[in-house]
Amino acid sequence: MNRSKFDLAVGLFVALGMIGVAFMALRVGNLASFDSGAGYRLEARFDNIGGLKVRAPVKSAGVVVGRIEGIHLDRESYEAVVEMRIYPQYRFTNDTIASILTSGLLGEQYLSLEVGGDPSYLTDGQRIPKTQSAMVLEKLIGQFLYNKASESAGSSK
Amino acid sequence: MSHLLNLIEALGAHVNRLLARLGLFARFSWSVLSVIGICIARFTLLVREIYFSGVRSLAIITVSGLFVGMVLAVQGYEVLQRFGSAESLGSLVALSLVRELGPVVAALLFAGRASSAVTAEIGLMRATEQLAAMDMMAINPLARIIAPRFMAAVVSMPILAVIFSSAGVIGAYLIGVQLIGIDDGAFWSQMQASVDFRIDVLNGLFKSLIFGIAVGLISVFEGYHAAPTAEGVSSATTRTVVTSSLSVLMLDFVLTVWMFRGLN
Repeated sequence: MNRSKFDLAVGLFVALGMIGVAFMALRVGNLASFDSGAGYRLEARFDNIGGLKVRAPVKSAGVVVGRIEGIHLDRESYEAVVEMRIYPQYRFTNDTIASILTSGLLGEQYLSLEVGGDPSYLTDGQRIPKTQSAMVLEKLIGQFLYNKASESAGSSK
Repeated sequence: MSHLLNLIEALGAHVNRLLARLGLFARFSWSVLSVIGICIARFTLLVREIYFSGVRSLAIITVSGLFVGMVLAVQGYEVLQRFGSAESLGSLVALSLVRELGPVVAALLFAGRASSAVTAEIGLMRATEQLAAMDMMAINPLARIIAPRFMAAVVSMPILAVIFSSAGVIGAYLIGVQLIGIDDGAFWSQMQASVDFRIDVLNGLFKSLIFGIAVGLISVFEGYHAAPTAEGVSSATTRTVVTSSLSVLMLDFVLTVWMFRGLN
């Protein structure tokens, strides 16, 4: 086999590798929809974020409009501070409600934004004032049992 | 009493031999790494070795990837449909392929298919004194023979791992979507929602680069230091496959713990 044939085969091999990386990036991975540079940042504070994780999607009406970028605990108020980056083409009103929901029964948790009727919009670095914490199953069951117990205590009197 | 002493002595001799070999390996690795510049400058040699190690491994890598993906799809579906989340099949298959199976299985196959051949080739060159003859002609066999074969493994491994993973995803698509009938859109969107390019794909590529360095160094080391007999070459080839496979699996554990430690 002469030299140009080696070159051709190796060139094809490397090109195939590049196609593989492109396939990984665009079809398997989410590089196309996840460019962390673009968009603006918002912040929201919650009493409890449940199982929300960094990189979880931010959705509005079920459509992904951004990603969670950071989560930390405020050292004075002991609230969870969630930082997110919203894609630049979407704007949200000042009275938007941020709530933490779960997709499906066992699915991952995401942050949902519900738009209100305020005429002015949130801008870079602002805080979403109205939030609704994640539902914690143990607390719900505890509350339910407590209600049941107080109900039966009331009826037995 | 003297029996016990003999036992301890044998143990000590074994450990000393092991340490000496490790030291030899480190010094050899250093001398190979120091002639890489020459190797890259003589590009045609490198291209030839990439052809023999990488391109010729393409068939086995692609076919294995396809079948691994298909098996993952069948087995994954079996478990996932019990929880009513058969659509997660895409993310299950893609994550396991991109993070672990792609780099690791490609490296194991490469060790069996290409590295063993490299060891046998270099071992036979040593046995027939071709390496010594080169040295006599003032050609550095490390730069002319060893470094291109090592670099070929380093270059080929990430490419082969990506091709393995891609073939696996396609295999899972064929079984999951075309045969079992999972929704096409859910399959891909679940996959895209869970696979991150930087964290999963690039880390997988980095892993396979490390595996390429390890497997490449081991194969040329065993060949270069093979005993110059038929038996020596055969045992060197065996050692290459065993040592490469073990070090790939151990390195994989260390790298996985290091890379995915902060997640979740």
